[in-house]
Amino acid sequence: MHAESQIREPLIIGNKTYRNITDDIIAPIEGKANRTWYILFTIASLAFMWGIGCLAYTIGVGIGAWGSNNGVDWAWDITNFVWWIGIGHAGTLISAVLLLFRQKWRMAINRSAEAMTIFAVLCAAIFVTLHTGRPWLDYMLFPLPNQFGSLWPNFNSPLLWDVFAVSTYATVSIVFWYIGLIPDFAMVRDRVIKPRMKKAYALLSFGWGGSVRHWSRFEEVSLVLAGLSTPLVFSVHSIVSFDFATSVVPGWHTTIFPPYFVSGAVFSGFAMVLTLMLIVRKVYKLEAYLTIKHVEYMNIVIIVTGSIVGVAYLTELFVAWYSGVEWEQYAFLNRATGPLAWSYWIMMTCNVISPQLFWFKKLRTNLVFTFVLSIVVNIGMWFERFVIIVPTLCRTYLPSTWNTYTPSFIDVGIFVGTIGMFFTLFLLYSRTFPVIAQAELKSILKASGEAQKKASAEHAHH
Amino acid sequence: MATKQIIHGIFGDEVPLMEACKKLRASGIRINDVFTPFPVHGIDPIVGVPRTRLAICAFIYGITGTALATLMMWYMMVHDWPNDIGGKPTWGYVFAIPAFIPITFEATVFCAAHGLALTYLLRCWLVPGAKAKNPDPRTTDDKFMIYLELNDEQSKKADEILRSNGAEEVNYKGTITIEPKY
Repeated sequence: MHAESQIREPLIIGNKTYRNITDDIIAPIEGKANRTWYILFTIASLAFMWGIGCLAYTIGVGIGAWGSNNGVDWAWDITNFVWWIGIGHAGTLISAVLLLFRQKWRMAINRSAEAMTIFAVLCAAIFVTLHTGRPWLDYMLFPLPNQFGSLWPNFNSPLLWDVFAVSTYATVSIVFWYIGLIPDFAMVRDRVIKPRMKKAYALLSFGWGGSVRHWSRFEEVSLVLAGLSTPLVFSVHSIVSFDFATSVVPGWHTTIFPPYFVSGAVFSGFAMVLTLMLIVRKVYKLEAYLTIKHVEYMNIVIIVTGSIVGVAYLTELFVAWYSGVEWEQYAFLNRATGPLAWSYWIMMTCNVISPQLFWFKKLRTNLVFTFVLSIVVNIGMWFERFVIIVPTLCRTYLPSTWNTYTPSFIDVGIFVGTIGMFFTLFLLYSRTFPVIAQAELKSILKASGEAQKKASAEHAHH
Repeated sequence: MATKQIIHGIFGDEVPLMEACKKLRASGIRINDVFTPFPVHGIDPIVGVPRTRLAICAFIYGITGTALATLMMWYMMVHDWPNDIGGKPTWGYVFAIPAFIPITFEATVFCAAHGLALTYLLRCWLVPGAKAKNPDPRTTDDKFMIYLELNDEQSKKADEILRSNGAEEVNYKGTITIEPKY
C-alpha cells in the first residue's frame, strides 16, 4: 500500500472509516433539504425565470433588444460567454491536470468542480447560440449538406473553431464526469431504501458492481481521458482568444492572448470553485473532507494564475508602447483613461492587487476572507472581458464610428438569468448527486486520513 | 457435468483481502472475481487480471478522428467548393494546413474520448438498465468480497485460507452446474 510522508497534512480530518465516508456523502441525498437550501433555490430559480423571460423577448424581437449597436457589436453577450467558458476551465484542470500530477487533494473537489464546468458551459452556450441573431439557423454552423449548392462553413475562421472546440469540450467533460459518477451512483443504489430512489439510481449506475476487472479498466479510462482533457483545457480558451487575436482590431491583435486567456480562465474558475465549495462544505457539513488545507491549495493556484494575469496586463501595456503602433497605444490609453476607465481600474484592482493578498498565510487560510475574495476575483474577471471587448470597440480606427455603450434591461436580465440557472442546476445537483467522489476518497483514506496517519507514525516509532 | 460451490469471502479491509488472494492463487485456486468499493492498487497481478487494452483503442479512435477531420476539411474547403476568404490558400490541402490544425485536434480528441468511453461501457456492459453486478450490496460501501466457484475439494481448502486470513464471513451461496465442453 502507498504510504505518505508525515509532513503532508491529512486530507481527511478525524477518525473516519470507509462506512463513515459513505454515510457522510449520502447524507444530503437521503436527508431532507434545510431552509437555507430552499431560500437559495427560490432566489436562484426566480433569477433563472427572469432570464428565460428576457431570452424569449430577445428571440421574439431580435438582438436589437440589447445594448449592442453599430460600432459595439459585441458587448455583454461575448463578455458573458468568455466569462462562463473561463469559469468552466477550473473543473477540467482539477480533474484532468491534477490527476496527471497525482495531486490527491483534487479528489474531494473534482466532482463538484466538474459539475460546475458543465453548468458553466451550458450558460456560455446560451450566449453564443443567441448572439448569432437568428438562433433557429444555428445548425448552419455545422458542416451539414445544405440546399445552397452545399455551401460549407469557413474552416479558416476562429469562430468556427470555437464551435468545434466548445462542443468537444462540453461533451468530453460530460463523459468524463459521468464515468466517474457511475461507481458512486452504484453506492447510492445499494444504500437507499425508498424503492423509487433505488430504481432511479439503479438506472443511473448502469449496473456497476466494482469487479477488479472493471476497476482496472476504470482507472485506465480515467487516465486516458485525463490525458485527452489536459490539452483541451489549454486549447479551448486559446481558441476563444483567437476570436479576438486573429482580428485586426487594435488591442485585440496580440500573440499574448492565448496564454493570457488560459491563465485568466483557470484563475476565475478556481475562484468560482471556492465560492461553491465553501457553501457546500458548510451546508452539507463536509468539513472533514474539504479542509482548510484544500482551500489553501486552491488559493495558491489563485496566486499563481492571478500573477500570470497581472504580468500579462503589464506586458500588453509594454508591448503597446514598444511596438510604436499609434492605434495599439491609443487602444490601451483609452482603456485606462477613456470614458470607460472605471471598468479598467476595477479589473486591475480585483485581478492584480487582490490575489496578492494570499501571500499571507493568515489570509489564505481564512474561510470568510477567501469567500469574499473569490467573489471579488470573479467580478474582476468579468470586467476583464468587458474591458477587452467594449472600450476597444467604442474607439476603433475611424473617429466617425466612435460610440458609447450602455447595456439594456434585457442584457442584464439574461446575464442574471444565467447566474440563476447556474445556481439552480448546482443546487439540484448537490441534493441528488454524490458531491464528493467517494470511491476515490476511500482509496486515499489509509494514506491521507488523519487518524490513519497518526497510527502509522506511532507504528514507525515502536 | 460438474457441480460447483459458490463462495463469497467477505473482508473488512483491503490488506487481508490481498493476502488471502495471494494464498488462494498460491494453492492453485482460481479467483473468479473480486468486488471492492474502490480501486485497490496492486491487486490486478495478484488476482491475475491482464492489463487492459483500452488505451490502444483510444489511440485508434484518435487517429480515426484525425483522418475524418482531414478528409472533411479537404473535401469541403479544397475540393468541393474552394472560396477565396481573405486570400487564404485554398489551392491545396498542404497550403491550408495551419488554419485546419485546431479543428483537426478537436476532432481527434472528440473521437478518442467518446470512442474510448463507449468501448469501456460496452466492454464492462455498463448500460442503462443493466442488473447490478455485485452479488452483495455491501461491496460498494465498506466490504470487500472474493467470489469463488469451486468443487467440493477446493472449497474446503479455500474456506480454510479465507478464514485464516481474516475473512469476516464466508458465505455459501448454493451451487451451479457447469455443462462440460466437448
